[in-house]
Amino acid sequence: MNHGISEFGHVLLYLAGGAIFIGLIALLNKLLAPNHPNPEKLTTYECGEDPVGNANVQFNIRFYVVGLIFLIFDVEILFLFPWATIFADVKIIQNVPLWGVFALAEMSIFVVILLLGLLYVWVKGDLEWIKPEALEPERINPVPDSLYEEINRKYTYQSTVKKTQAGVTP
Amino acid sequence: MTFDSIFQIAFFWFFAILGIAGGIGLITQKNPVMAALSLILNFFSIAGLYLSLQAEFLAVIQILVYAGAIMVLFLFVIMLLNMQDEQNQQFDVMKGLAFLLGLGFFGELLFVFNSFMGKSVSGAFPLGKVEPIGMQMMTNYLFPFEMISVVLLAALIGAIIIAKKHSYK
Amino acid sequence: MVLSSGILVLIQVAATFTFIALFTLWAVYAERKVSAWIQDRIGPMEVGPHGAFQTAADILKLILKESIIPAAAQPLLFIAAPIVIFVSVFAGYAALPVGPDIIASSFSVGVLYIIAIIAVDVIGLLSAGWGSSNKYALLGSVRAVAQMISYEIPTALIIIATVMMTGSLNLQVIALRQGIFSDVPVHLWGMMDITHVGGFLSWNIVRYPHLIPAFIIFFISTLAECNRAPFDLPEAESELVSGFHVEYSGYRFAVIFLAEYAKMLLVCLIGAILFFGGWNTPLPNIGSLSLAEWTSGTGTIAATLWGVCWLLLKGVLLILLQMWVRWTYPRLRMDQLTTLCWKYLIPGSILIFFLSGIIRLWEVGGL
Repeated sequence: MNHGISEFGHVLLYLAGGAIFIGLIALLNKLLAPNHPNPEKLTTYECGEDPVGNANVQFNIRFYVVGLIFLIFDVEILFLFPWATIFADVKIIQNVPLWGVFALAEMSIFVVILLLGLLYVWVKGDLEWIKPEALEPERINPVPDSLYEEINRKYTYQSTVKKTQAGVTP
Repeated sequence: MTFDSIFQIAFFWFFAILGIAGGIGLITQKNPVMAALSLILNFFSIAGLYLSLQAEFLAVIQILVYAGAIMVLFLFVIMLLNMQDEQNQQFDVMKGLAFLLGLGFFGELLFVFNSFMGKSVSGAFPLGKVEPIGMQMMTNYLFPFEMISVVLLAALIGAIIIAKKHSYK
Repeated sequence: MVLSSGILVLIQVAATFTFIALFTLWAVYAERKVSAWIQDRIGPMEVGPHGAFQTAADILKLILKESIIPAAAQPLLFIAAPIVIFVSVFAGYAALPVGPDIIASSFSVGVLYIIAIIAVDVIGLLSAGWGSSNKYALLGSVRAVAQMISYEIPTALIIIATVMMTGSLNLQVIALRQGIFSDVPVHLWGMMDITHVGGFLSWNIVRYPHLIPAFIIFFISTLAECNRAPFDLPEAESELVSGFHVEYSGYRFAVIFLAEYAKMLLVCLIGAILFFGGWNTPLPNIGSLSLAEWTSGTGTIAATLWGVCWLLLKGVLLILLQMWVRWTYPRLRMDQLTTLCWKYLIPGSILIFFLSGIIRLWEVGGL
């Protein structure tokens, strides 16, 4: 019996099954839900305003750089998987005692060379995202802060009491 | 003919036709995102064809690397450059040249295919499984394996330098 | 042979879908209740006793709503996106061993297959973001994809570390080797033979203490993979009005939601299998008190039920942990997100990778 194909056939059933179940939900929706489209309903959502300009806004190129770095590491990881299943195989080690050390050393070289890549992008600052800077407003007022605070303390309580007594709502 | 072998043949034709459909979609779609999605369909079909050769590992990495990683980069580029639908559908010299080149390549493929015709690949080394690949990597192909890391390192640094030409911000 | 096993798998497909749907109903309710308790509220109380039927009413409402495709959207991409997102996660369940004898597809590459098929998710996100023709959706999807692919690396590295300790990519084998039915001797800390003791002592995380930080890295990165808070930047309501699915409503939104919770459950179950023994019982054999043998087994229906219950219990506990984290930590900033992944989790997971290699070699006597 063809093992690989039949196992994958099962996966295909899962793929098809998932799509079919969504199809059933869609059918149910088609049968039960109302359908009264109007131009207002079909506008693009932009927080209540009319949409402005083209939706395909330019985004930061850093996203692309992250994608690039990911691709390289993804390929690296692929090589680790087959290695991980055999590097400590008991049967091989019984025949070749140094097999494990050898395999681990080889893989260490592989990973360390790629770590140089990570180090490179790290040092060059490609992993830095734009950090929001806290804006300190520039002060040109000669009056010290403490004076304002004192006035605030002095009048805050009274004004609230007055407002509530007069029944004023903001 | 047993049910299993019918299943296998159906499996092959299903993915072969799906793959070709994806390829045709790739070159005929005007919308660049739709073209990229056709390419994904093609990648998936190729993964299916690998499975029909019992190469499970290859099939899975085909999906992981091509559909999961490389296509993300393609789509990012399309969106980053804000590509619009292809307008120019007129015939020009470059397209004619590309067509001729494609035809030549197709002929070459037919030639290679013909030389394999009728030869069985069954009983070939089970390279599609995980453990044999690991063993080969650590024994017969040790040097190429280590070189891969150097190539990947060069690719990473080169790609970053090129991407950086477009300034950040 | 293919036909009969095919029918069996069809039943499993239907059972998986039903279970995911029911689980989502429960999980959304649990999420609202847990958040309510954490914030000293009472949560939904109206529909059914203690609001238990609230989410069922919600899903009914979503299915009954008009399905809207914005005029500016690209219909094909817009419609295909939720299907791709859900199916890619749903297909991941095919290689998941839910019990000692139940696994739909015992691929030799099991866990790698799950990583690969979940990675296809990002294609759905991008097509949703692009197809919606909405600025928020596009930004949200690009953010989500950058985040998911970044955190895929530490996740995969940690999975490799556990695979190294077991020597197989098949999740069923990984689960099997963490209990009394193991085909290879089970050692505790490389010294005591505990093959016949079993229980929680033979779980990977107990047997190999260096996997405790590994599990923490795995947990953090899977949170980010699922776009769960505190990594919910792509859906940040306050700035992106829910990101890539802002234009989705009605049943399409329900499908995206279903996929999100299905993915949460999937990563929690994988975590339970890799670190906490999968379907193995936590109760060890103590002398003649053979608790492990009473509460697990292979081949019988009772044994399967025990296995499924243990696995689900572990998975649900991890889900509750995810919820606890969500309602405890504030959202990260984009720069913190990338820094955490590339400067802490990835170097950390590479360290664990080397550690695993040395410990495993020492254990099998190859050092």
